[in-house]
Amino acid sequence: MSGGMSPGMGETPLLAVEDLRVDLPLEQGTLHAVRGLSFEVGRGETLCLVGESGCGKSLTSLAVMGLLPRRAKRSARRLSFDGQELLGLSERRMAALRGNRLAMIFQEPMTSLNPAYSIGDQLEEALLCHRRVGRRQARERAVHLLERVGITAAGRRLGQYPHQLSGGLRQRIMIAMALMCGPELIIADEPTTALDVTIQAQILHLLLELKREMGLALVLITHDLGVVARVADKVAVMYAGEIVESGSAVEIFGNPRHPYTRGLLSCVPVPGRTRPGEPLGSIPGIVPSLVGSLEECGFRERCALAQAACRRPVPLHRLEAGRAVRCVLADPAGAPA
Amino acid sequence: MSDTPVLALRDVSRTFRISRGLMRGKATLRAVDSVSLQLRRGEVLALVGESGCGKTTLSRILLGLLPPSSGEVLIDGQPMKPADRKARARRIQPVFQDPYSSLNPRKTVAQIVAAPLQVHQVGDPAGRARVVAETLDLVGLPRRVADSYPGQMSGGQRQRVAIARALVMRPEVMICDEPTSALDVSVQSQILNLLLDLQKELGLTYLLISHNLAVVEHIANRVAVMYLGRIVEVAPTARLFAEARHPYTRALLESVLTPEPGLGVPDTHLGVAYPNPIDPPSGCAFHPRCPSVLPICSQVRPQTLRDALGRIECHLHGPAPTGAASAAPQEQPQEHS
Ligand SMILES: Nc1ncnc2c1ncn2[C@@H]1O[C@H](COP(=O)(O)OP(=O)(O)OP(=O)(O)O)[C@@H](O)[C@H]1O
Ligand SMILES: Nc1ncnc2c1ncn2[C@@H]1O[C@H](COP(=O)(O)OP(=O)(O)OP(=O)(O)O)[C@@H](O)[C@H]1O
Ligand SMILES: [Mg+2]
Ligand SMILES: [Mg+2]
Repeated sequence: MSGGMSPGMGETPLLAVEDLRVDLPLEQGTLHAVRGLSFEVGRGETLCLVGESGCGKSLTSLAVMGLLPRRAKRSARRLSFDGQELLGLSERRMAALRGNRLAMIFQEPMTSLNPAYSIGDQLEEALLCHRRVGRRQARERAVHLLERVGITAAGRRLGQYPHQLSGGLRQRIMIAMALMCGPELIIADEPTTALDVTIQAQILHLLLELKREMGLALVLITHDLGVVARVADKVAVMYAGEIVESGSAVEIFGNPRHPYTRGLLSCVPVPGRTRPGEPLGSIPGIVPSLVGSLEECGFRERCALAQAACRRPVPLHRLEAGRAVRCVLADPAGAPA
Repeated sequence: MSDTPVLALRDVSRTFRISRGLMRGKATLRAVDSVSLQLRRGEVLALVGESGCGKTTLSRILLGLLPPSSGEVLIDGQPMKPADRKARARRIQPVFQDPYSSLNPRKTVAQIVAAPLQVHQVGDPAGRARVVAETLDLVGLPRRVADSYPGQMSGGQRQRVAIARALVMRPEVMICDEPTSALDVSVQSQILNLLLDLQKELGLTYLLISHNLAVVEHIANRVAVMYLGRIVEVAPTARLFAEARHPYTRALLESVLTPEPGLGVPDTHLGVAYPNPIDPPSGCAFHPRCPSVLPICSQVRPQTLRDALGRIECHLHGPAPTGAASAAPQEQPQEHS
């Protein structure tokens, strides 16, 4: 068995990303928004990506899906899905994967739902595109999935338009849409932010069930550390376009090693640990500009523990299996690994 | 005077006519159903509840952006008339969820923050500029950002701009609809710390709509729980979190995901009988999902019990018709919320 952290020897990970970079040409220069990201997701595995707003999480997922804005430049040593290299794949073959074996739940339901089409049309479309099914079957599957994500009177909802629905309803419709073709991997970008906690719990149950039954793999991007702690098999903490720490949820929450991870954990109110009405922890300062090159630890200027060595590029120190930290303080040998 | 709630809803309902699809005619959706609620001066009242239960609709009624279908909105105990819109807008200001789409991208920060002053013709240009600068200080934005555009700012800075825009009118009440759910936790903690500071310094009153119950527990004084258009429980925060009375409130609290790995996602025990707002269940709207349902619950709508502990609308508690709830002691009605 793989032990949950990474696919076992010889087993191809469902998604393998190595040294992914995304550059965006801006007026002021090139924005290096994603700077050499590597991770793997095995079948049935859940990877959570967390990190400050703007650290490149959404661009990473768009890069995997082949949906980056046109002027963005993507490069990687490897970007493969079920052993198939996605770099250089024709748009036609990518489109055949997308929405089918590889689905995405977008961060902004309003920007990804088409205001001019009914909910029903948009849901059915996903299946009609990829499967030889008739309208009726597509409609039945749409109704079934809307019910699974907790939308009653689903039949009636099909005739409604996105603007007639509450934020949480729209988000659940996006989730149902991603599930239409029974994908093997879902990249979900903040899929439950607009949901109340009971529905969130039910949606997470549904995803965990699909994971158990069908080996659904998940890349879950979320700011909600509660969700991360409860569903992640592994966690990657991103900062300024890089992974600064990765490991199992137990390791990340129980023994955070990177000062940014520690700062992040101190920001959330936790009953019993934080006092109501008292100031919460915070991370002073702002993220460095990623326009042009950044040849030092991206967190240095905000870090209380920064030292001279932080002014040089900091490599990722691999600790135990599946655990890595990009911080000079985590260097096991006291010297760059 | 200070006992008079700054803002109150008296028996307010709001319905929408919605299409049921081709040839099926229109149906009535009752988004807010006979809600009475008071906002006390200086308090943070949280409004929580299932996605789609009517929270945003209720806040839009309070803001005067949506007229109630029936019932009254009282300000300082006086009924609001449509003609009072401007006066209301001065005293009650919204902060919306999404700092990305709620700011005009073509206006500078100074213009955005000054806009309400211009609309209400407050002061001369010099005076307005001074107030804008003071307000930027208040929310912790450096003055140099005054000439920046929203696109050049981080999510946290943008949400500070949105808060500054609300504060520039020196309102008494801020209605915050998911003010931090689009933000990462480090920005969330900044904004929550800011809201608490402003409350202490300016004596502001907040209505806070949030799905994040850890946030609610951290900053609210009282919590109102909404289910399918109705307020089903109101209690002081500490009491609600320690001993919630309504089974829906309990399900909500049990669904909270604290950042503790290994605990998994709790089962809400609510089943999938989600309510349909077009055709709400008879009696207590929660009865099809209630783990403690009694025979009476499907027949009779529970009355509201107001007692020393708060307010509750549930057959398990309260003026029990014919022995239905012998377990619940009856308290003296004291609280008039
Ligand atoms: N189309 C674009 N044009 C220019 N810059 C962009 C574009 N899309 C993203 N960026 C920039 O790239 C960086 C990474 O953005 P990304 O959307 O991946 O962040 P994120 O981690 O998803 O943040 P959030 O948590 O706020 O969603 C940010 O600095 C952002 O401003
Ligand atoms: N303009 C409208 N036309 C028709 N129905 C509407 C309209 N606005 C809201 N509704 C319906 O009213 C109900 C309450 O919506 P509202 O947006 O107030 O919910 P909410 O509690 O804010 O939900 P969320 O937590 O998802 O934001 C929902 O069933 C919604 O679909
Ligand atoms: Mg994003
Ligand atoms: Mg809402």
